[in-house]
Amino acid sequence: MTPAEYDYLRQFLKARSGLVLSNEKQYLIESRLLPVARKAGLQSIAALVAKLKEPRETILAEAVVEAMTTNESFFFRDKTPFEHFTQVMLPEMLKARAQQKRIRIWCAAASTGQEPYTLAMCLKEMESKLAGWRIEILGTDISNEVLDRAKAGTYTQFEVQRGLPIQLLLKYFTQHGESWTISQNLRSMIQWRKFNLLDSFQTLGQFDIVFCRNVLIYFDQPTKTDILARISKIMTPDGFLVLGAAETVVGLSDSFKPMTDRRGLYMPNLAASASAQPPRLSMVAGAGRTF
Amino acid sequence: MKTCLVVDDSSVIRKVARRILEDLSFTISEAEDGQQALEKCQETMPDAILLDWNMPVMDGLEFLAQLRKLDGGEAPKVVFCTTENDVGHIARAIRAGANEYIMKPFDREIVEAKFQEVGLI
Repeated sequence: MTPAEYDYLRQFLKARSGLVLSNEKQYLIESRLLPVARKAGLQSIAALVAKLKEPRETILAEAVVEAMTTNESFFFRDKTPFEHFTQVMLPEMLKARAQQKRIRIWCAAASTGQEPYTLAMCLKEMESKLAGWRIEILGTDISNEVLDRAKAGTYTQFEVQRGLPIQLLLKYFTQHGESWTISQNLRSMIQWRKFNLLDSFQTLGQFDIVFCRNVLIYFDQPTKTDILARISKIMTPDGFLVLGAAETVVGLSDSFKPMTDRRGLYMPNLAASASAQPPRLSMVAGAGRTF
Repeated sequence: MKTCLVVDDSSVIRKVARRILEDLSFTISEAEDGQQALEKCQETMPDAILLDWNMPVMDGLEFLAQLRKLDGGEAPKVVFCTTENDVGHIARAIRAGANEYIMKPFDREIVEAKFQEVGLI
């Protein structure tokens, strides 16, 4: 790959997805994009770049974005966020929403679905406390390919063994040969939608809990700041934001404040956004799950 | 340092498991079948047991039943590690007192995840 081709791909990915690649990521581009090139009948990255420059080359462009932004995910990844979910966020919400009995959750980088399904399993495990509650989980990702996998809810033997307790595997999955499919019951708890975090959030509605983990790391600093500010505007003032283990808002944004002793957990910073609360948007009819 | 008994009739598997578990700071002992494993446990009860199912002399499930009857035999965390990967086998193992279950083939990440799951690391 020539420096010019590398620069072209970097700019292309930044414009299309916000993905920011540092100077030394040629190997990553080659390992992910050579298969895409071959699938399209192209022999090299050079040929791929030439093709991308053609007008109206949208299918290939999308495949390139998907290949570069697809990330590994596992059930109960990092554990702590899900302990926070069941021990901090949900108890708080059960008190705060006792009247409405309604909670909306957004997984902003749902990938192949492990994170939203983990939340769905956590909810099922505490079902007795949720009688009469309506809980919506929206899972979004920039990639159609991973969303198709998420919707299918079928995982390899390797995938179901990373982080998923064996009891929950037995309880919520059915086996087909060496793959395992999550139950229809849990699949129906989640809505899936292709969504680019660079686009407007206005169509998403308002959320009480947002999981936005391990995706901000791919953006440059102004984009991170912008996304955090826009997330804060579509959250309830008493809502919760969860970032990845290696991520923080500190130094990036005053839209959120970290919660003491709860690593990775943030709340909207009311002092910073006092004037910016939008009216609560209407809910999508028929979405979510009533317990 | 925590101790882990690796029970498998394949010396290759024992070696792979030993390497992974030593990196996770376990002290390893080995047994080739359930009978040997039971004798080791009667001498010293380990903190963890990584347990194959199909072995000569005494299989993993029989070993587990015997272990749980021993004095202090409730204590070790038992993680099955076997090619038996169907729901029926998994359910039998859990009913017999296994704490976790690994379906072979396994890798470092799976062992680490499962040992974390049962609170060993």
